[in-house]
Amino acid sequence: MFGYMGKILRINLTTGVVSKEDLDFDLAKKYIGGRGLGTKLYMDEVDPQVDPFAAENKIVFINGPLSGTATPTGGRYMVVTKSPLTGCIASSNSGGHWGAYLKYAGYDAVIVEGKASLPVYINIEDDKVEILPALDLWGKYVSETSAALREKHPESKVLTIGPAGEKLSQMGCIMNEDDRAAGRSGVGAVMGSKNLKAITVNGTKKPEIANPDGLKAVTKECRTLIKENGVTGGGLPTYGTAVLVNIINEHGVYPMNNFQSGYDPDAEAVSGETLTEKYLVKRNPCHHCPIGCGRWVKSEKHPDGIGGPEYETIWVFAGDLGIDDMDIVIDANFWCNELGLDTISAGATLAAAMELYQRGYITDELLDDDVILKFGNADSVIHWLKKMGNREGFGDLLARGSYRLADFFGVPEYSMSVKKQDLPAYDPRGIQGMGLQYATSNRGGCHVRGYLISPEILGLPEKLDRFELAGKPAWVKIFQDLTAVIDSLGLCLFTSFALGAKEYADMINETLGTEWTPEDLLLAGERIWNLEKLFNLEAGVSPEEDTLPPRFLEEEMPDGPSKGWVHKLDVLLPLYYAERGWDADGIPTEERLEALGLL
Amino acid sequence: MSINVKLFANFREGRGKVVQMDYTPGMTAQDVIDHLGITAPEIAALIVDGVDGKVDTMLTAEVKKDGYLAIFPPVAGG
Repeated sequence: MFGYMGKILRINLTTGVVSKEDLDFDLAKKYIGGRGLGTKLYMDEVDPQVDPFAAENKIVFINGPLSGTATPTGGRYMVVTKSPLTGCIASSNSGGHWGAYLKYAGYDAVIVEGKASLPVYINIEDDKVEILPALDLWGKYVSETSAALREKHPESKVLTIGPAGEKLSQMGCIMNEDDRAAGRSGVGAVMGSKNLKAITVNGTKKPEIANPDGLKAVTKECRTLIKENGVTGGGLPTYGTAVLVNIINEHGVYPMNNFQSGYDPDAEAVSGETLTEKYLVKRNPCHHCPIGCGRWVKSEKHPDGIGGPEYETIWVFAGDLGIDDMDIVIDANFWCNELGLDTISAGATLAAAMELYQRGYITDELLDDDVILKFGNADSVIHWLKKMGNREGFGDLLARGSYRLADFFGVPEYSMSVKKQDLPAYDPRGIQGMGLQYATSNRGGCHVRGYLISPEILGLPEKLDRFELAGKPAWVKIFQDLTAVIDSLGLCLFTSFALGAKEYADMINETLGTEWTPEDLLLAGERIWNLEKLFNLEAGVSPEEDTLPPRFLEEEMPDGPSKGWVHKLDVLLPLYYAERGWDADGIPTEERLEALGLL
Repeated sequence: MSINVKLFANFREGRGKVVQMDYTPGMTAQDVIDHLGITAPEIAALIVDGVDGKVDTMLTAEVKKDGYLAIFPPVAGG
């Protein structure tokens, strides 16, 4: 068995039983690995109607066939479970080194089931797998937990949750190596519901490669393409993802004050250029990554340096809150990482709270005369993040995310979310394809299920008219399908700025000994997309949730270069369903499912 | 009468964040980048007075008096 390690580790926290099972190679090839195979393994074992916090729910940690190989960025892992935030399938992925180390330990996936009676962590060192007590770690911040576990297992990589996951915040994320996050959809809270604090992993094995010389040659070629590409070899390594602040803002789609407008005249203060000039210490790359977009920065409050922040984090704690202060952004990023909170959803929930305050739903009385949640109030950010992560006072309501917060006041329309997951840093009114992608994303509001920003704003691989509707459903479909492939291979999406389906097919073929064409890979991506859709339908997530907050459909953008636009979802959505071969109600047809091998 | 040219990322090296240029009737974005020593293949995104489009098309756009350009090299993220 090439590429894969051939073993799945199953750990039952209720019984304490650890078992090792053979990987079904045919199944693995059909769903590739990572997001695809993880979803298939999960769906075969768990009732989609399960309560995400029930012991009957499971959580799958899975790498891809290219994780742990020398391929560029080959080190990512995926966390698949049912999201407590959205009720949809959650597949949340992270970089760093943990995913590659899981492979070195000899496993393609870890399936955790049941619930421990007391807090535990799992230690994996090759064939040795232990469930160990973690009472002393429960309640600790991420860096404290990681440091304590590194002391016990110095060669291992540490994945952990923070207080937010322990306290079942629907925004609780999973952190690995202190500053890398499987950030979205509340996967950390599922760990918390199982009393599972952390997983440490180390190993000495390597995957067997079908054609080592061939993979070496393809890897070299791909690395050259990445190095010579203006984005992956220039913009990203030099400025990090924060370089997006200015270009998104100049197109008038940089959301301000909970998406009430789309242009920030003071965005330069939190731009990638400013981060590089005033705060950057060094790059902070993930496993085998030639791009190195990760940042290591220092600020007045963090003179020894910390990881991050990324573009989305900068936006949500700057423009979305009406505060253009990089020091606050860096500190907010630090506290989200320590608390184990998804930065996008945590910041977006503060933004929604500020709009609720602006409109009189949240009052000073309700806040018990605590710090005012008001746009532009810099003092509120860290104060309320801590209360959110620890579920203290009004922070308990904030910890549920923006949708549940706004719904509590009877006005869910002030949550800028899709399927209850907060939208990232691009206003869909000025980016019609991206808006369609948001509405149809299988895990709710998300930019990394199909990054239409590439063609609509950045001109990659070609510049599309961002207001044009014609052709956008086809672009959305192919971006979603290719993204599902990359997420399943175990690679970083950023490779797609330089590589195409052919290069991915070359890498996987040399690794597995297959003869897949780019079309085969895209078909696998479509299969994965449809599989996720089937889960959501069986979980009770109706196609009626394939929509956008009313603000984007009814309120014209008030200012900037996208002024006057609303999103035309009513036109695009039927065309998208048709493009996917689904019926007019957004349900995959039997004919399409059969063609994809899903019946 | 002048125009403002906003520069980003490595386009700022040796040029600064914003370059002010004298406006002349009929001047195009191509005239602006020629003046700045930037070539078309180096540009990934070009906005002229708030309007964006394919770079080749935008280079033929006339700049308004007291208008602005925003010029970006290849950048991305997410």
